[in-house]
Amino acid sequence: MSERSIGPVTARRFVCAEPITLAAGVTLPTWELAYETYGTLNAARSNAVLICHALSGHHHVAGYYADDPKNIGWWDNLIGPGKPLDTNRFFVVGVNNLGGCHGSTGPSSLNPATGEPWGADFPVVTVSDWVRAQAKLADALGIESWAAVVGGSLGGMQALQWAIDLPERVRHALVIAAAPWLTAENIAFNDVARQAIITDPEFHGGNFYRYNARPTRGLRLARMLGHITYLSDDQMAEKFGRKRRPSAGSYGFGVEFEIESYLRYQGDKFAGWFDANTYLLMTKALDYFDPAEAHGGDLAAALAGARAKFLVVAFTTDWRFSPARSREIVNALVKNKHAVSYSEITSPHGHDAFLMDDHYYHAVLAAYLRNAEI
Amino acid sequence: MTHALKRPDFAVIAGWMKPGESVLDLGCGAGELLQLLAARGLRGWGIERDPGHVLAAIENGVNVIQSNLEAGLAGFEDNAFDHVVLSRTLQTVRHTQQILAEMLRVGHEAVISFPNFAYWKNRMAVLNGRMPVSEDLPYQWYDTPNVRFFTMLDFEGLCNAMGIVIRDRQVLDERGNTVTEEHNFLGSLAVYRIGRDD
Repeated sequence: MSERSIGPVTARRFVCAEPITLAAGVTLPTWELAYETYGTLNAARSNAVLICHALSGHHHVAGYYADDPKNIGWWDNLIGPGKPLDTNRFFVVGVNNLGGCHGSTGPSSLNPATGEPWGADFPVVTVSDWVRAQAKLADALGIESWAAVVGGSLGGMQALQWAIDLPERVRHALVIAAAPWLTAENIAFNDVARQAIITDPEFHGGNFYRYNARPTRGLRLARMLGHITYLSDDQMAEKFGRKRRPSAGSYGFGVEFEIESYLRYQGDKFAGWFDANTYLLMTKALDYFDPAEAHGGDLAAALAGARAKFLVVAFTTDWRFSPARSREIVNALVKNKHAVSYSEITSPHGHDAFLMDDHYYHAVLAAYLRNAEI
Repeated sequence: MTHALKRPDFAVIAGWMKPGESVLDLGCGAGELLQLLAARGLRGWGIERDPGHVLAAIENGVNVIQSNLEAGLAGFEDNAFDHVVLSRTLQTVRHTQQILAEMLRVGHEAVISFPNFAYWKNRMAVLNGRMPVSEDLPYQWYDTPNVRFFTMLDFEGLCNAMGIVIRDRQVLDERGNTVTEEHNFLGSLAVYRIGRDD
């Protein structure tokens, strides 16, 4: 993997002095986005690809930091020289979204009105808000239109929203492991996660920074729940089954089954670095995402003005956003006679499959991107 | 390996379509027909189940939707396409009547090509006591994907029973040459353009 790594990368800051008014009605007078770029923008500025992150992602998509070589980008298996998203050909931009906790303006940033962290006062952000903010970054980088906007899960929703909101600025949209809107079951999972955070006494109504506290218990539970929904039953059965820890006691409530150990480890790891308010915002952005809503629930009508060509990808064991949900997107695109290909990839890895280094999956992305004109 | 030589039915199919029209190709394989039609100014989408073919179709730059035929058609609106093509595949489909009805629901008309079981060489093979193996029926009986064996007369009888109108018919021999007489005897591959009775 490392021999085709983009190598050491540098995180950058885009500071925007132009106010942005969010869907929630709040205006951020100045705001900033953390981003990274890989490869070289060509003279025609036509080879730029935007990577949109999912719930817990950020702008560090590929490569590593010189002073922290183990901190490898979250989609490094896809992006680099000679990789499916080939940085010898494309100029790739990773960005941390508004409301994030990796350097972009978010709940842990200082509210200029109070001089304190925004905390609970940070406005709810929507996928359309993110698209508008990302477009400002594109402006600053001199990118009139993206050769491709690419994302998985919530990132795929951003790719779809780009094609709807700014059709003339997206030539290809790669919508991976996404859905056109969340089902009641999806929203239910998100709300249990949010309730775990909000009811943690250390949450302090979202203003925990003030108390030098962190709602790690709630965040840990939220992540454990989320993590279950990102895996598949098959994969869990194979990986953990009913296996128990060698040291496990019995007839108690300690860590006994391997799956318990795994989830607690994942929860602890996540709660150690992620911001609880950002988690709330990201899940809410998912819940609100529904581009068809403004068109009476007609997704095809929402996509009527799209100009991009589409690649929609789903994974067989993804039950969080199942292949049937991707087919809704495909059918709406076909109804509009838009160019679209759909790949339903056999994978045991559930929703998380979109992040995996799967040979066939990457071959599909590589083949599609090779034909993307720049 | 030119398309014309390998798939003589493609030229027939393309000849029935006009630039600007839309086409859905069921079982599109690597998308060869769709490439040919795109070059002639049509807009096309393919349905394909096999992952290897889907990847090849994406490599070939055509629109391909990975699905089985039944599920693939169910999501489309009535009259969504000008043409729906099923080339050399009808004999592999178990639910023959349903697929024909679905094709004529989502398309204004349908184009179907299939190997004619009544081709004289096939008849000879059976007379000689063996199942036929030929250019257009290239499988052994034990590994064939074909589940329905039928002749041009059989197909035309079914169309008649279903109220389907045959608008055009081209019959080819094993070399891809047009057959002009004794079609059900001299024809190895039949290509039909069909529509609803309206």
